[in-house]
Amino acid sequence: MMRLPWFDYRAPKSIEEAAKILAWEGTGAMLLAGGTDLLPNMKRRHQMPGTLVGLRNIEDLKRVSNGNGLRLGAGLTLTELLAVRGLRDRYRGLAQAAAQVATPLLRNMGTLGGNLCLDTRCTYYNQNYEWRQAINFCMKKDGDVCWVATASRRCLAVSSTDTAPALIALGARVKLVSAAGAREVALDDLYNNDGIDYLKRKPDEILTEILLPKPAGWKSTYWKLRRRGSFDFPLLGVGAAVKTAGDGTVEEARLVLGAVSSHPLVIKTDSLLGKKLTDDAIAEIGETAESRAKPMDNTDMDLRWRKHVVADFVGYALRELRGDDMGATRLRIAKQLV
Amino acid sequence: MSTGKRLDVVGKPRRRVDSRGKVLGQLRFADDLSLPRMLHCKLLRSPHPHARIESIDVSRAEKHPGVHLVLTGKDFPIPFGIMPVAQDEHALAPERVRFVGDPVAAVIAKDEQTAGEALGLIEVKYQPLPTIATPEEALANAETRIHDYGEQGNIHRNQAYEFGDVEEALAGSDHVFEDTFFYEGNTHLPMEQQASLAAVEGDGKLTLSSSTQNPHYLHRQLARVLQMPASQIRVIATPNGGGFGGKCDPANHELVVSKAALILGRPVKICLTREEVFYQHRGRHPVLMRFRTGVTKDGRLTGMHLQTLLDGGGYGSHGPASTFYTGVLTPVTYELPRFKFEACRVFTNKPPCGPKRGHGTPQPRFGQEVQLDKIAEKLGLDPAEMRLGMVTKADALTANWLKIGSTGLAECIRKVVEMSGWKEKHRKLPEGRGVGLACSAYMCGAGVSIYWNKMPHSGVQLLLDRSGQVSVLCGATEIGQGSDDVLAAIVAETLGIGTGDVRVHTGDTGLTPIDLGSYSSRVTVMMGNAALQAAGRVREQIVAAAAESLEILPGRVLLSQGRVFSADDSSKTMSFAEAVTLAESKFGTLGAVGSYAPPRQPGRYKGSGVGPSPAYSFSACVVETEVDPATGWITVPKIWVAHDIGRAINPVHARGQVIGGVYMGLGEALMEEQVFRRLPAKLSGALVHRIPSMLEYKSLTSLDMPEVEVALVEEPDPNCPFGAKEAGQGPLLPVMPAVANAIFDAVGVRIDELPITPDKVLAALQLKAEGKPPRIGPGSFPNVPYAKAMFVLPPWEGGDGNESTPQRAIAGAAGT
Ligand SMILES: Cc1cc2nc3c(=O)[nH]c(=O)nc-3n(C[C@H](O)[C@H](O)[C@H](O)COP(=O)(O)OP(=O)(O)OC[C@H]3O[C@@H](n4cnc5c(N)ncnc54)[C@H](O)[C@@H]3O)c2cc1C
Ligand code: SF4
Repeated sequence: MMRLPWFDYRAPKSIEEAAKILAWEGTGAMLLAGGTDLLPNMKRRHQMPGTLVGLRNIEDLKRVSNGNGLRLGAGLTLTELLAVRGLRDRYRGLAQAAAQVATPLLRNMGTLGGNLCLDTRCTYYNQNYEWRQAINFCMKKDGDVCWVATASRRCLAVSSTDTAPALIALGARVKLVSAAGAREVALDDLYNNDGIDYLKRKPDEILTEILLPKPAGWKSTYWKLRRRGSFDFPLLGVGAAVKTAGDGTVEEARLVLGAVSSHPLVIKTDSLLGKKLTDDAIAEIGETAESRAKPMDNTDMDLRWRKHVVADFVGYALRELRGDDMGATRLRIAKQLV
Repeated sequence: MSTGKRLDVVGKPRRRVDSRGKVLGQLRFADDLSLPRMLHCKLLRSPHPHARIESIDVSRAEKHPGVHLVLTGKDFPIPFGIMPVAQDEHALAPERVRFVGDPVAAVIAKDEQTAGEALGLIEVKYQPLPTIATPEEALANAETRIHDYGEQGNIHRNQAYEFGDVEEALAGSDHVFEDTFFYEGNTHLPMEQQASLAAVEGDGKLTLSSSTQNPHYLHRQLARVLQMPASQIRVIATPNGGGFGGKCDPANHELVVSKAALILGRPVKICLTREEVFYQHRGRHPVLMRFRTGVTKDGRLTGMHLQTLLDGGGYGSHGPASTFYTGVLTPVTYELPRFKFEACRVFTNKPPCGPKRGHGTPQPRFGQEVQLDKIAEKLGLDPAEMRLGMVTKADALTANWLKIGSTGLAECIRKVVEMSGWKEKHRKLPEGRGVGLACSAYMCGAGVSIYWNKMPHSGVQLLLDRSGQVSVLCGATEIGQGSDDVLAAIVAETLGIGTGDVRVHTGDTGLTPIDLGSYSSRVTVMMGNAALQAAGRVREQIVAAAAESLEILPGRVLLSQGRVFSADDSSKTMSFAEAVTLAESKFGTLGAVGSYAPPRQPGRYKGSGVGPSPAYSFSACVVETEVDPATGWITVPKIWVAHDIGRAINPVHARGQVIGGVYMGLGEALMEEQVFRRLPAKLSGALVHRIPSMLEYKSLTSLDMPEVEVALVEEPDPNCPFGAKEAGQGPLLPVMPAVANAIFDAVGVRIDELPITPDKVLAALQLKAEGKPPRIGPGSFPNVPYAKAMFVLPPWEGGDGNESTPQRAIAGAAGT
């Protein structure tokens, strides 16, 4: 089997202790949550941290609290997240996204925080060292060309987290803690549109909590395109949420695409405001979304086709929010009802 | 054969004999094995698709702490290969690498980690050579030769046969249909990655335990490469976690660990990474094919001209056989008066292709069955009725001199038509939904061995003793297909005991009589017939001893459910163990052997050895699809399949094999593909496997698998044990064309290449909307320098099975 490189392992019991270790170790250390992303990457020599700071002993990272909205500990596994009471009813989009991450086994290990900090992906990059050697590496790691677009000065690896688009659509903020203090940012602001430097998190910061506003009046959903009903990373994620008046007129709306850019792609929803979710209104914003999506030839399936279906998937999401019964479509696409 | 007798074991659904160990995790796969003082091996593989090795410096690796040995190509001067005509591989490449992943050196160290580290210390200087990525390039660049043997340039094999004057038949047809198809390559993807453990035993002999489907052929190649007498080598096939053809070839790593164990005198183990399994490959050949098929206006075939072009990858592997198989089984399903096939396999700088479930036949079967659907469409015929009207008859000969034996194809078609509600659905479902039908046939064992010999293809030995214990030994190899269960069942049935009373020892060249291995769906028939013979011989001894003691005629002795008794007087009875004791007293130590060689086949022409089989299995399949016209998204809600298995030895298990075949077939139809990436030539010479990982090489998950309704058609074949044919490969074959045909029925587009993906469907729908021919598939067929076809008259044109001169040549000669 592929073997991990050597590393030191630290197992702090509190957020403070973890933050201290990070501050002390500098960029040579990385946080390890479920390890479902980081450990395979280490085996392929993408990251080779000298020190791993394990987070699983930190109880505080598993906390869930209700108050002015919902606060979710970043250390909750996706399975634990799905068991949070009321999640499905109040934050349906998040539940649908989390339920479609990877496989049941991986969801038992993988955490929400890890999912938000997931490394960007590319079929030239998610390969072992020998394979990458055979293409003389690429800009993201050990090389200098981007094979996806050789003229590109920027890495175009894909933001592949499922929960981020769903959470941004829900208006989530995240809390980042370091030895120097804590700050809160809108989740959208955590991300850079850059396949290499994809997070605005500083190396010594720990993502500790995800904060969701009260869902009053909002409905949300998440649609995921992937080849199969399980296992696969998204080729397109559509996180959508709308707040409507009693007669169905849209008062506020958020639409976020995953996996078609190096960051979750927020689509302007002005065209929906003050309107009802008619077929025409949905088609219009679908086309806007489609034109903004920039899938590249670095994930599964044909890229033109992936772009072409953006409008269809946006349509599925908005029609579901309008109240259409999308069960049959959901079953065909997701192979399960989520 | 014990005809007439009520069967106790055969045909009854049973828990298979190896299931307990499997579900409890007790079964020990090769990678579970561990020996004291064991060392670990890792292979250094080429990062270049095609290069000359200028030098290898292993001195730093040798000095790395924990390293015991470093091997390179010069330690393996003798080439090998599964086929005598394609001995073109070396355990470690001596001077040339031919694909990314070709092994060049090996490190044996105290653990895997150390071995891996030391690989990084080996310095190899390569001189890159021009690379060949496709068959078209291989044909166009004859001067860049990947091998210096073969027919010419990069053509590895060129085979051409004509059975009757096909041009004449086409000229006299009401219609001639011409179609080109492409079947992308794909790989086996067994759950278990290959692993091997070699050890020198106390007596100085070598034992190799390995995940292999063919311990016998591996044994021969080990003797050859290691230059040791075969009698000094023992190969144990460990239980395989899936094979599907991927573990048929002797593999580099098996030879390397054997050599290392001999040099070091310590056990040496290797387990391939998943990526390395993609490089070992030997999977489905990408095949481009062209069919020119003549039909009468009522849809009967008059003649067919089939051309195939196989992308072989970097080495020969089973290629010579694979090439034949893209042609020879085509005439088995339907009456085809004249048939010509031209097949060509070329080398390319990619992992070698070889045998995968269905070996060489799924590709042409796909083309043939899709073309039949087009013919039925054009002639306004029902595809099921059209096929029913021309299925081959039992015991008939085909144009290429294959003898059919039993056939349940017509029954299979009727069954799937009935189960699926075909008549109510085909061309009648609303737009976006459709059904498609296809059929197929497969061999139950290749009629000749891979190397020429006159010996049995399978041998079975039975040992019984006074405890009532029955041990059965056979070289056959359990790869998950259930051959151990078949072996136990046939012995148990013959001796009137339960399968739980039989101890099975298989796949061990040091202990078990030779069986050629788990390939070509040969095991049930060949091992089964040998087992039947061995068990029948022992049974006679038991019967004789029991008859004497019970004072009845031997003909009146029955063996059933662990008892031996009189057919006429149930009080005259004893236990099986008592009867064995009596027999051991009377005859001495009890044991018997049985063996089997396939019957001689009627074909006499050179090359007629590929295709004949003791029997053929048949399948028919209906697939239902839903296609979203807006996105091309494909859903398969249900599949019906009927398989003529002759007789199901264990029906639960036979169904499992059928469903497993459908599963793999549906994956090939919709997503599986072993594809490669070439980087912009100005910047890089790279040619790499696009997705050598379990995550990115897409095969169906359980959520993607529809319900499958299976009908087993039991048309016992007299050549087969209890009439049982095969189930391991046949049921896969009709699935891919049935999917393509169902998509046509759903949305009226033809996708003439596999896999069929939503983007292709959508592109075809767009063509349709623009009023263009709604088809996605290969546009043209390259100009392949095929060999001159050998002409053989079909049986009904007065042929004798030998090569002859075509009438047209005689006429032509007379005219000049
Ligand atoms: C086969 C397979 C399929 C997958 N499919 C999907 C999929 O469909 N969708 C999807 O979204 N993901 C998928 N994943 C990725 C992964 O399993 C999930 O994203 C998972 O949620 C990651 O969480 P983790 O706890 O395992 O992260 P880890 O691997 O522990 O960490 C991932 C990254 O986040 C950092 N990190 C972790 N926790 C924190 C924290 N609290 N603060 C700051 N940084 C942190 C780590 O340092 C690391 O860089 C898949 C993975 C595999 C192996
Ligand atoms: S997008 Fe370009 S630079 Fe980034 S990982 Fe892929 S090939 Fe490398």
